[in-house]
Amino acid sequence: MTRHAMAMLPPVLRKPLAVSLLALLTGCQTTTNAELRGTGDLGVVVERATGSLAVVDTSHHRVLDRVEELGDLSHASVKFSRDARYAFVFGRDGGLSRVDLLTGEITHRVMQSGNSIGGAVSQDGSLVAVANYEPGGVKIFDSETLEEVAEIPATYRDDNGKAQRSKVVGLVDAPGNRFVYSLFDAGEIHLVDMSEGNPEVTRFTDIGEAPYDALIGPKGRYYIAGLFGEDGLALFDLWHPDAGVQRILPDYGRGEERLPVYKMPHLEGWAMAGDTAWLPAVGRHEVLVADSDDWSLVERIPVHGQPIFVMTRPDERQVWVNFAHPDNNVVQVIDTESRQIIATLTPGEAVLHMEFTPRGEQVWISARDSDRVVVYDTRTLEEVARLDSESPSGIFFTNRAHRIGL
Amino acid sequence: MPLPAIRQLLLALCWLPMAALAEGSLSAEREQALETLLYQDCGSCHGMTLRGGLGPALPMSRMNAYSLDGLAALILNGVAGTAMPGWKGLLTEEEARWLADHLQNDNPLDE
Repeated sequence: MTRHAMAMLPPVLRKPLAVSLLALLTGCQTTTNAELRGTGDLGVVVERATGSLAVVDTSHHRVLDRVEELGDLSHASVKFSRDARYAFVFGRDGGLSRVDLLTGEITHRVMQSGNSIGGAVSQDGSLVAVANYEPGGVKIFDSETLEEVAEIPATYRDDNGKAQRSKVVGLVDAPGNRFVYSLFDAGEIHLVDMSEGNPEVTRFTDIGEAPYDALIGPKGRYYIAGLFGEDGLALFDLWHPDAGVQRILPDYGRGEERLPVYKMPHLEGWAMAGDTAWLPAVGRHEVLVADSDDWSLVERIPVHGQPIFVMTRPDERQVWVNFAHPDNNVVQVIDTESRQIIATLTPGEAVLHMEFTPRGEQVWISARDSDRVVVYDTRTLEEVARLDSESPSGIFFTNRAHRIGL
Repeated sequence: MPLPAIRQLLLALCWLPMAALAEGSLSAEREQALETLLYQDCGSCHGMTLRGGLGPALPMSRMNAYSLDGLAALILNGVAGTAMPGWKGLLTEEEARWLADHLQNDNPLDE
């Protein structure tokens, strides 16, 4: 049965026929996705050990398909095409794959570097940019063909004046078909403007020591890089690039000694609640709350361990936090109004990531060493589903396709 | 404590050092947990295939540039001025030596 043949049938017949055919042809891969459907309630779970991607349906808590042979996915992240049909998978081994969520096929795949960390899709959807560790820099591809459009080495001068290439972290899309990223080894933030077709790079130096990851707010205005080398973060206001990059929350630890950091925190999306931004402290069992107006420190909330992801439910009423090894079997939920911890959940061993459904009624949590994904109702805080998945790590839902910076 | 129990304990103590020398006294479960730690948690910076990430690659040749004790000490104490933490809060000396031995002799990245 081809798509074409399906298209000739009256709409009312399509679904029952697809279902009955499916029953007839169980096991035949090409028919499983013949059903006409949208992608708004789909997503993917990265299965890091097996290098596979589980395509999931968030309405029915199902794994629809498994896409394999995606290479080393040990720190893989995913972005979506503008039409929310294709997932761009950024593998640790430098592999960039474009996966069709509806058919489960890898439509394009390129080995574009030796070691990469993540990427972003441009505002107009035409470009996909990848942040590379080795060789350090950014590569930009056509999002439909994965043909290379630009290569931008992340060069800088080291203390001896010698030219070096830096690992690139915290690559995000910004309005105006621009990309912003940070140079881990150089302590710089770079802005690349692709609006005229050719990359135009603006560099900001001395932004702070060892930026390890970054995020951009939902309006695409503020880019914030977390700093590993010092207590503080770097803030870049894209509305006023001429003002440069400023340091915020300097000395948030107030000189207290840091704990050993067994895992770098992640900055993803924007944990905003009202007029406050919620951020992970490095080397401390604390979530930092900052005033998003003047970026002063409002509160340091003591939590279970060193936070990795600090994520706000879409309605901003709760913040969910997971933790670094060895405290990584726990997720805590903080009420944003009272700033009190209202729940401490144990979804399984080695919790790596959390993803809210588009309107936040549920959250999916990956527990790597328990080989499962656990789904919670965010209102009752009760578990509502559990899916088998081998070494699950990142979870990404397609509503990210339409959000700046995700 | 009744006498036979003490005798048994003494007997066990006599055997322990021998066993430790021969095969190490880490349980199979603990060794499994250390292997998971190495590839999954150390792997979050060094890569699950040890090919590197924010931290450097850990190929067999590089690991054998250290002595076993030196590498174990590096794991326990970390490297000042870098993102490599000291793991002594979570690992015993014996466990660090097991990891060092694994990196030097059972390293999947044979480069």
